[in-house]
Amino acid sequence: MVAVLTALWPDKPESDWAYTGGFAIACGALALALALAAFAGVRFVAFQRLQRLSPWLFALALFFAAWEAVTAKLGLLPLPFFPPPQAIVEVVIDDWGRLAEGIFASARLLATGYFLGAAVGFVTGVAIGWSRLAGYWIHPVLRFIGPLPATAWLPLAFFVFPSSFSASIFLIALATGFPVTVLTWSGVACVKSAYYDIARTLGATQRFLVLKVAIPAAMPHVFVGLFMGLGNSFAVLVVAEMLGVKAGLGWYLQWAQGWAAYANMYAALLLMAFLCSGLITLLFRLRDRLLSWQKGLVRW
Amino acid sequence: MVAAIASDHAVRGSTLTLREVSHSFDLEGQPLPVLDRISLQVGRGEFVALLGPSGCGKSTLLRLVAGLDTPTAGSLLAEGREIEAPDPSRVVVFQDPTLYPWRTVRSNVALGLEARGLLRTHGGRIEDALRLVGLTGFANAYPHQLSGGMAQRAALARALVNDPKLLILDEPLGQLDSLTRIAMQAELVSLWQRSRFTALMVTHDVEEALLLAGRVIVLSDRPARVKAEVVNSQPYPRHRGDPHFVELRREVFGQLGLDEAW
Repeated sequence: MVAVLTALWPDKPESDWAYTGGFAIACGALALALALAAFAGVRFVAFQRLQRLSPWLFALALFFAAWEAVTAKLGLLPLPFFPPPQAIVEVVIDDWGRLAEGIFASARLLATGYFLGAAVGFVTGVAIGWSRLAGYWIHPVLRFIGPLPATAWLPLAFFVFPSSFSASIFLIALATGFPVTVLTWSGVACVKSAYYDIARTLGATQRFLVLKVAIPAAMPHVFVGLFMGLGNSFAVLVVAEMLGVKAGLGWYLQWAQGWAAYANMYAALLLMAFLCSGLITLLFRLRDRLLSWQKGLVRW
Repeated sequence: MVAAIASDHAVRGSTLTLREVSHSFDLEGQPLPVLDRISLQVGRGEFVALLGPSGCGKSTLLRLVAGLDTPTAGSLLAEGREIEAPDPSRVVVFQDPTLYPWRTVRSNVALGLEARGLLRTHGGRIEDALRLVGLTGFANAYPHQLSGGMAQRAALARALVNDPKLLILDEPLGQLDSLTRIAMQAELVSLWQRSRFTALMVTHDVEEALLLAGRVIVLSDRPARVKAEVVNSQPYPRHRGDPHFVELRREVFGQLGLDEAW
């Protein structure tokens, strides 16, 4: 495997050397680094992890080579819509300021909305799961309004709220809150009654039963809710940014498309993918830490 | 350390009185009687076993004693006072160890102290209880890492750490393999001998009842009534092959209507 990797990597940059120097040099440098690492892997254990990744690296190299070939070299795909990889690199370098601004704006909006929604959803879920009275009043509202996609509120939210920023926070919180509420509720409702019996015979108060029995026992469900809520919040974030807030990566996408700057669009998409995937990874890491007692966790 | 716990309890077991206790469940609008006028007097530090066919309502009786449910009729008294709610002086060890999977063994054992806010003042008891059941090395393990026997011992430690006056055992060894079970029976006896709490155990195993208890109450089919009482005053440790033991076992099987099968 190492031999194949080493033999094939250096081939690629040579083919597109003439087209865009910068990209080719970067590829070449990466290839060289990988080749060195591959050789180092024979000697040093630290580099052996890289060997496990080599099939993927190889596939990625093939993908970039094919992309390069059909766009920049052979021109098989219509140009404004499908730029070559080096055009995207160019955008990321040249338009860095605006992209960073977009990432910052998106992250701020998402974080505010998500934490608000998750917190309200969690508390509501525990309340419904624990108290009959809360269940009686909140459950019908939840059933009626919850399944409505948060984006359906968009027109209303934008004129009810004083700013499009606060309206978007409301929408993201709504999209996050629903799955978190339902799953927290079901988590609390599923707690084995034997857990309560044990705690009660040991002298537990109601407060102890909620905080130390019901909530920890419901945590695996809560995390499913948080995961689903995060996915929902991404969708709402992008829509809200496209339609209301004049900032963020969603807005950048729309703006780039308006100017037929497709390379910029791909760059924003790529960054968005990194952002979303990174956040999901973060959530899973948090879960792995908090729920290390569980058997058979799904690795993200 | 172990002695410290034990001396604490010396003859501190509570008395338990059941007066004409009846209980029925509501099954689709129809009352389903499970207990029929059960009366029982358990003395301080006594070990009493309730023996009966499965599904006869033994576990229901224990839930009433624990204060988890209230009887349809009759009254239950611990130390002469009506049992109205669960109290940490009466601790239950269920058939299923029901450890909290999100807590380590140590913090499972700490549960009762934590619930009552005694963790800071009585935290030392946790290590004592773990030592008592031989789980010191597993204090930081999570329940899913324990074997069935170890989990049940952890559940026992969780009960003992509260210094119970009445230990309620609901088929505590029911789910263990026969070898672990025999070892745990001996451990239970020595725990009880050292700590001198009052013990009320439910079981459907005749030998187990006779090995552990000073008195075996034989219950009938549902609705459960007290059918007979067999006293075993043999000293501990008792041996299954002892002629008197074999005689008692025959007597109990007879009470259960199984003498021919035996």
